[in-house]
Amino acid sequence: MSDYELRCRECGRTWGNQPRSICDDCFSPLEVAYDYDALRASISREQIAQRSPNMWRYSQLLPLPRGYEPRLPVGFTPLLQAPRLAERLSGTTGAAAKNLYIKNDAVCLPTLSFKDRVVAVALAQAKEFGFDTVSCSSTGNLANAVAAHAAREGLKAWVFIPSDLEPAKILGTNVFGAKVVRIAGNYDQVNRLCSQIADEHRWGFVNVNLRPYYAEGSKTVGFEIAEQLGWRLPDNVVCPMAGGSLIVKIKKAFDELVKLGLVEGKDVKFFGAQATGCSPISTAVKTGSSEIEPQKPTTIARSLAIGNPADGHYAIKTIKGSGGWSEDISDPEVIDSIKVLAETEGVFTETAGGVTVGTAGKLYRQDRLNPEETTVLCITGNGLKTTDVLTGVYETERAISPKLAEFENYLQQTLLRDAKTADIPGVAAEAAGVGA
Amino acid sequence: MPITVQIPTALRRHTSGVGSLTCAASNLGELFSVLDEKFPDLKPHLRDDQGQIRRFLNIYVNEEDIRFLGGQTYAFQEGDEVLLVPSIAGGSL
Repeated sequence: MSDYELRCRECGRTWGNQPRSICDDCFSPLEVAYDYDALRASISREQIAQRSPNMWRYSQLLPLPRGYEPRLPVGFTPLLQAPRLAERLSGTTGAAAKNLYIKNDAVCLPTLSFKDRVVAVALAQAKEFGFDTVSCSSTGNLANAVAAHAAREGLKAWVFIPSDLEPAKILGTNVFGAKVVRIAGNYDQVNRLCSQIADEHRWGFVNVNLRPYYAEGSKTVGFEIAEQLGWRLPDNVVCPMAGGSLIVKIKKAFDELVKLGLVEGKDVKFFGAQATGCSPISTAVKTGSSEIEPQKPTTIARSLAIGNPADGHYAIKTIKGSGGWSEDISDPEVIDSIKVLAETEGVFTETAGGVTVGTAGKLYRQDRLNPEETTVLCITGNGLKTTDVLTGVYETERAISPKLAEFENYLQQTLLRDAKTADIPGVAAEAAGVGA
Repeated sequence: MPITVQIPTALRRHTSGVGSLTCAASNLGELFSVLDEKFPDLKPHLRDDQGQIRRFLNIYVNEEDIRFLGGQTYAFQEGDEVLLVPSIAGGSL
């Protein structure tokens, strides 16, 4: 296990290891710093490759207490080549279509989103600091992860959410025995309240007083992308943005791998994706601002509905500094994009994933993404948690009797209808029994 | 215009432990002047060298982010409760 400690990003003061996220001297955020010189001598690709396929294979690059023994196999989700999606998004075929990849955290264990990674690290520290209760403000996925990991670790959980979250995300927190507090307000109001509660109660808030440790868990997305590409970095990463932390931490992960000699250096471009109804970061990037102008979110992509993103300033710096860009798409485009990913690659993502896929399509059309380059889309959550947004998209088919003749009739009618919808006369004629 | 300002724990070591203050101020500039006078040590934690409100400090009036109310131009109403809340970021640049 490596040595690490908290350090202020702005003034450089060190704070050892303790549950705190702010430098008292300058009020700026704290960051986990490592002894990279010591790490360089003790880490290798071969050593990592021998370990179990989960995020703990990168333990040396995570802030974990000495002797910590993980109890859940989190992470190491599939990196899928996505040629059919590439064809749909950029019109690319053949070899070039193999340049597009999906990092599929829709199947991250145990709660089917990338939040399992950050919570795994935060709770390791929560136990070390002696907290018996863990907590968070959440747009849903984090609530699920905190509740599940707390159950596994035998900790109590109090979870604060906006009252209008998707039912599946609320149920997926309730089931683990967590106390769920629904707040009549948006995420930014919930988050502000949690900052105040953290001032009054000695609880481990994963995204308040444990945040520097928590955020480090996101780096494992970056480590895995590099290892799964055969220890090389992609040319482009497209990442959904809510609080803005993930995109910043993937960049940190790549930088660390280069620093430690595990991959060759490369100028990776970072692209941020948001829903237009909550797009404070992409708006800042597009208008050339380095600061966030907060927004009141109005989007179905509720997991991204953070109008005052805590890491927005750093996300803007990461994107601009890399030569990337940020875009946003409308809610109908989010729905279409969920369907496109599912129909082309068999991956059912939640609204945030729809935002990422739709934004990638827009970036290809703008020629900001080059199909000849390796691009990774970060799919961070599972569609089964946001099925409510697809209500009414598919009509309920009539039931038929269990008779072969009835099915054959049904098949003909369906093919005819589909052909008419697609306006393909030849197929329509064939389905109607007119053609050859 | 009497208003109340709540000071978070992280900043109370600069206010000799004082957690809230009722004072007369008609806008944010005046409120900061009052705080500067009462708690001189607090000043550099609220504004940077250029006098701008620190990036990681959020200010709320009756639970609403002051930026939605007009920011520095917002005119305090009698009884307003002002919250100073640190923004919790974890950046890496």
